[in-house]
Amino acid sequence: MTSSGRFAARAEKELRRELLVSPWPELGLVAANGPADPEPELVLADGRVVRLDGRAAADFDVIDRFLVAHGLDLEVAPAAMALPDVELARMLVDVGVPRAELVRLARGLTPAKLARVAGMLDPVELMFALRKLRSRRDPGNQAHVTNLKENPALLAADAAEAARRGFDEMETTVGVARYAPLNALALLVGSQTGRPGAMTQCAVEERRNLELAIRGLVTYAETLSVYGTEPVFADGDDTPWSKAFLGSAYASRGVKVRFTSGTGSESLMGHAEGLSMLYLEARCVSVVRAAGAQGIQNGSISCVALVLSVPGGTRAILAENVLAAWLDLEVASGNDAVASHSAIRKTAKLMGQFLPGTDFVTSGYSVMPRRDNTFGGGNYDADDLDEWLTIQRDWQVDAGIEPVPEDEVLRVRERGARAVQAVFAELGLPPVTDAEVEAATLGYDSRDLPDRDRAADVEAADTLLARGTSGLDVALALERRGFGDVAEAVFAMQRHRVAADYLQTAAVIEPDGLVRSAVNDPNAYLGPGTGYRLEGERWELLQALPHVLDPARVGGGPSPGDTVSRGGIVDEGGAASRGNDAAEVVVAVGPAFGAEIRETINGLDHGEVLAAICDGIRAAGATPRLVRVRRAADVAFIAHDAALLSGSGIGLGLQSKGTAVIHRADLEPLDNLELFGMSPLYSLASYRAMGSNAAGYALGQRVGPVPTELDNYARAKLIVRTTLLHACETRAVVPGAPAVELALAAAPTAVR
Amino acid sequence: MDFDPSSDYPLGWRRPDLVRTPAGTPLAELTLAAAREGAFGADELRATPETLRRQADVARAAGRAPLADNLERAAELASVPDGELLEIYTALRPGRSTVAELERWAAVLAGYGAERTAAFVREAAAAYVERGLVR
Repeated sequence: MTSSGRFAARAEKELRRELLVSPWPELGLVAANGPADPEPELVLADGRVVRLDGRAAADFDVIDRFLVAHGLDLEVAPAAMALPDVELARMLVDVGVPRAELVRLARGLTPAKLARVAGMLDPVELMFALRKLRSRRDPGNQAHVTNLKENPALLAADAAEAARRGFDEMETTVGVARYAPLNALALLVGSQTGRPGAMTQCAVEERRNLELAIRGLVTYAETLSVYGTEPVFADGDDTPWSKAFLGSAYASRGVKVRFTSGTGSESLMGHAEGLSMLYLEARCVSVVRAAGAQGIQNGSISCVALVLSVPGGTRAILAENVLAAWLDLEVASGNDAVASHSAIRKTAKLMGQFLPGTDFVTSGYSVMPRRDNTFGGGNYDADDLDEWLTIQRDWQVDAGIEPVPEDEVLRVRERGARAVQAVFAELGLPPVTDAEVEAATLGYDSRDLPDRDRAADVEAADTLLARGTSGLDVALALERRGFGDVAEAVFAMQRHRVAADYLQTAAVIEPDGLVRSAVNDPNAYLGPGTGYRLEGERWELLQALPHVLDPARVGGGPSPGDTVSRGGIVDEGGAASRGNDAAEVVVAVGPAFGAEIRETINGLDHGEVLAAICDGIRAAGATPRLVRVRRAADVAFIAHDAALLSGSGIGLGLQSKGTAVIHRADLEPLDNLELFGMSPLYSLASYRAMGSNAAGYALGQRVGPVPTELDNYARAKLIVRTTLLHACETRAVVPGAPAVELALAAAPTAVR
Repeated sequence: MDFDPSSDYPLGWRRPDLVRTPAGTPLAELTLAAAREGAFGADELRATPETLRRQADVARAAGRAPLADNLERAAELASVPDGELLEIYTALRPGRSTVAELERWAAVLAGYGAERTAAFVREAAAAYVERGLVR
């Protein structure tokens, strides 16, 4: 077979590092509506469930048994299960059906029914359903905060920045398990420096995790994984009962708990039992609700790339988020593990959660560069922040991250690092040096940080645990070292444990200490004009990116309030008349040329541009004559007016931004001999060539067009400047005014 | 004033008068300054069973029965020592315990007044027997 250059080029793209496979239902490699998925079924006898989704009671596995015992609301179930699939699916996208009614019905639906109904929705319908079903009014986001060196100053600085950027929660973990208390401590101190109320967790083994929580060093946990088949659940060394018990144990210690599940895990672990990913996830979310969790982290999470390998994978992941929200759970919707090598592909996937908004649009946005993300995450990282903020601004969508100016970021980073330095000193931990603080504040990643004595750190971590150091001790240490505000914030996090308000669904903590959750700030979306919308102050904040420019300050001309006077580029004379010289080329510039605007869009000085054109005309044997057209800003009319004034009938029109046209008097104004529309690409040599060609036409010679280049990105890059420059030129138009003679001022832009 | 689970949430914000530490210190007296003076220790900074029960009531009033059940178990477990809590969790993991061992843990829980959680463990034991998840 002959090979195609284009196929070969595509095969080299990053995207093609990933395998796509056709469905193989026997291995669970099917996204939704698998051929072996059971028919939805619920049969009751004497108030007991005797059949569930294709199984008789005697054959119920441990998941079925748990759902029957704690999940299904048998008062709702008969009526809910009797509703046709399509009717339920339509209710999900019917703006007139309130969330509360859908949540009520979901209590009586079996996993097969849930999967079947969600599987009927197309991507836009799923997004709309998610918008409607989210439990809390407004969306939020969660950050990942880790680094390869487990440097406490850097952890604190990153946590401080994450909190300052508006992340409601942030998660760290450990490379070396013994580091857990130090990392948790750094995150606690850093987060409360950035914004009081940000919640933190340290993802470690359950026993250690609970210990950190009891000490008040962390406030939430999301390590409780569940699976959709009994063998995988057992391989995960748990049962629904053990996980539910653990959830209650955490809650008893005042820890906010979110379970974790996601499509693809059963297939990856080899026991999908021939069932589709979405059906198995419906079982998971049903177990999570039955266990009494307030929320779930789902959306495939770490298996995302496996789910994306099969047809409909992205849609199935969105559908599982919808199922979790439908079951009234807080949803942290994935988007943390790298979904694809392709930026296009992974962002297309992201939009499913980004646009409707979930409680946590990502389960971990990497606030540091991906290289330092020890979760193996970093689907979006520090380097992508401007893109994320810009996409929020583009769509007018709140996806939970705020723009913050650089000086403010540096201020909170340094203060976070200083605060943890103070706590380390006060608690007798190995010192954090000023050099570490500085590098943590300003550096790119952990490679910029000096190495610490890691043996001393892990030893200190053990001591910290052995001494029973608590969040209260941390607050007191901060206060003694003069970090009064951070001390108060850390103390407030301890105090929250007493009221335990953040155990309710989708709770976040405001800087003033108000706990907001689905209880006191529920999503009441019922279509346009209702629910959370990005508007007012919040919209002002999210559109004001630090690199956004004041349009009045863009362009080559003087800005409002700019009183600096600059030397003249051109001198104007009297009204121009038609010339008699058959060897002349009239060069006409636009109304603002050399005055309000002084350089082309490519940054070429207007005096030098004119000189180059004249030079080209003369070199080709013709004579240049300069005029300014004042009645029009359009390059076609400027050029045509030039041609009408020219003794040869040939004119060259030049807009201030640098666009040029060679025209002839007998042509229609919008016709031309040559158009030079790629002004961002032109050098002085280009303008010289234009002059030379114009002279050629005037002298009746054969003229080959000036070679033009093409930059397909020029428009994206420069259309704003083009618009602003053209607006400036248009403002300088004097309607009906005749063209005037023009001469190049002698200095400072003399002909070279 | 009586507690109204449908309007008194957040407790710490709307009904601080009802919130106390296990030793009875009211929420309003939990300040950093008081901690500095040693008025209470770190182990006081946790929810009481009563507070967790009130949170369960809030969840139930909001239509979240399983979350309410969970918080009621949590209220019971608040008085179970950390070590035993983790031992019971381990015992509930697949293939770790015999039925008799799970029954013993249920009895331990009942001894702490954790009747609902004890029943939960017994229910698990019954399911485990059916599914071969007992040792």
